[in-house]
Amino acid sequence: MTESAVEVRDLVKRYPKQKVNAVDGLSFDVVRGEVFGLLGPNGAGKTTTVGVLTTRVQPTSGAVRVAGVDVLRDPVSARSRLAVVPQQVNLDRSLTPRQNLIFHAAYHGVPSAVRRARAAEMLEQFGLADSADIKVDWYSGGMAQRLMIARALMHEPQVLFLDEPTTGLDPQSRLFLWDRLREMRARGVTIVLTTHDMDEAATLSDRVGIVDHGKLLALDSPEALVRGLTGQSVLDLTVAGQNGQALDETAAAIDGVDRVESVATGAGIPGPGANGQSRLRLYVSAEPSSLLAPVVSALAAHGASVSNVRIGEPSLEDVFINLTGRGLR
Amino acid sequence: MTAIEAMLPTGRTEQRGLAWRAFVAILWRDIFVTGREFWVFLAQVALQPLFMLFVFAKVLGSLNYISKDYGHLLLPGIVALTAFLTALQSIAFPLIMEFSWSKEIEDRLLAPLATPLVAIEKIVMAVMRALAAAVLIFPVGALVLGSAPWRAAGVPLLAVVVVLGAWVGAAIGLTLGTFVPPSKIQVIFAVVLVPLMFTGATQYPWPSLDTLRWFQVVTALNPLTYASEGVRAALVPDVPHIAPWICIVVLLGAGLAFTVAGLKGFQRRAIA
Repeated sequence: MTESAVEVRDLVKRYPKQKVNAVDGLSFDVVRGEVFGLLGPNGAGKTTTVGVLTTRVQPTSGAVRVAGVDVLRDPVSARSRLAVVPQQVNLDRSLTPRQNLIFHAAYHGVPSAVRRARAAEMLEQFGLADSADIKVDWYSGGMAQRLMIARALMHEPQVLFLDEPTTGLDPQSRLFLWDRLREMRARGVTIVLTTHDMDEAATLSDRVGIVDHGKLLALDSPEALVRGLTGQSVLDLTVAGQNGQALDETAAAIDGVDRVESVATGAGIPGPGANGQSRLRLYVSAEPSSLLAPVVSALAAHGASVSNVRIGEPSLEDVFINLTGRGLR
Repeated sequence: MTAIEAMLPTGRTEQRGLAWRAFVAILWRDIFVTGREFWVFLAQVALQPLFMLFVFAKVLGSLNYISKDYGHLLLPGIVALTAFLTALQSIAFPLIMEFSWSKEIEDRLLAPLATPLVAIEKIVMAVMRALAAAVLIFPVGALVLGSAPWRAAGVPLLAVVVVLGAWVGAAIGLTLGTFVPPSKIQVIFAVVLVPLMFTGATQYPWPSLDTLRWFQVVTALNPLTYASEGVRAALVPDVPHIAPWICIVVLLGAGLAFTVAGLKGFQRRAIA
């Protein structure tokens, strides 16, 4: 018996009349009960991949399984075990919020008494109990999003797919959503989310897959990805008094410093600024705080005093940019 | 359910049960929504044919431009037209919206039933709405005219033709709803719906058109013609009409052809 909640094998999707594959040989596994983040720039193939996994896109080749079901061979069983929260609101506007939940459960064969009770419970949990019987049209973006998640949970899916769940939400709604997702994870629901919000991916995901041009570029926990990127931390120094070139060489000579960059000061030009200060960025492979004393004393020997220090950790965003480039899509 | 049970593939019977319950639930959703907006629905489907009946038969009849018994020729045609158009409009326009703007249909496409069943539910619902409209338009039309043709012996044929006419309308609606892009909704109304309404032998018996040969050929291409002729054959057999068996065969053929085309279009829109 496999422990994977989602299996993707050599998935390829080429849309008709397109020259390149939207998904180009993607393979990965999502472990039962984890939160898996699928990260990538716009047009990287995330939504297409989720489309295949949720029976809405027919792949060109490859195999996918969700909750143990071969999605291509048995889409009907797959649908009963998964749920989707889409990017765009797709609530039933002819029904009230409560009816949206109840009818969704009915489509999935949940018995009448159970679906009523569960709808009431969900509305309470998602803070919608007071606005459960008004028009869906009156809902704000955040409320609609919450209702769509509540709806997705009505048939107790084993795997929940969320496509860009917090795009366009206010910070309150985002935090609320994150809390709910953690609760679901605690209950054993496997969660697959696509996003290009690095914060969200790093905060929520147990593991992250970075995708671009339909290919998987990296797959690991956010921490491991960040560590693997550089093996580096960053030490930003503001230095007063001396000319930059000599300082660069001095700093670079210190053990544990891999590389030194003069960073633009106020005027945007590397080197000393108008007030005689310059900024140095040291890429270090050792623990940055342990290098602080040697660096400061070495610079002081050259008559330069350090006026400001910032220790920067590289983030998932650095990993992402490093892998997918800076070019606009 | 244990984890192991959850991993096992769902059995055929269980799956069929699941699909059936999903189908019924989706149908119930449509009945529920139609029922709640029943008066809106009535106004949508009944006003246009009633005005047509009132102006052509009552007004023009009272002004002596047309003969008094024209109403008895027109009412059966109006019944066929109502069934056909109600079914068509029940699907075509909402479906275009559901696939493009509201995306409402997605929740049903993700229900545990085969995708074509979602389209077939639409056809079933459209036929039910069309039958409700046809059943209502007859007595109301009789009130407008002051009398109505009625033949108990014609009821079986009437029922068959109205159901088939509604099915053909629904299938054409499904085809239009899945092939026409949302930006062309207005165009459909102008270039498809209006010609369908006026070339469907609703306002005139088809055999009498032999003095206007080209128009007779054009109307022969419109499936609505066979629904109108069939209803007339059932209610006013004295008026010259196309043989009922031809009407039934053509309606069956058109219904099948458009259902196949519509299901194909639906699949294309539902699954990329």
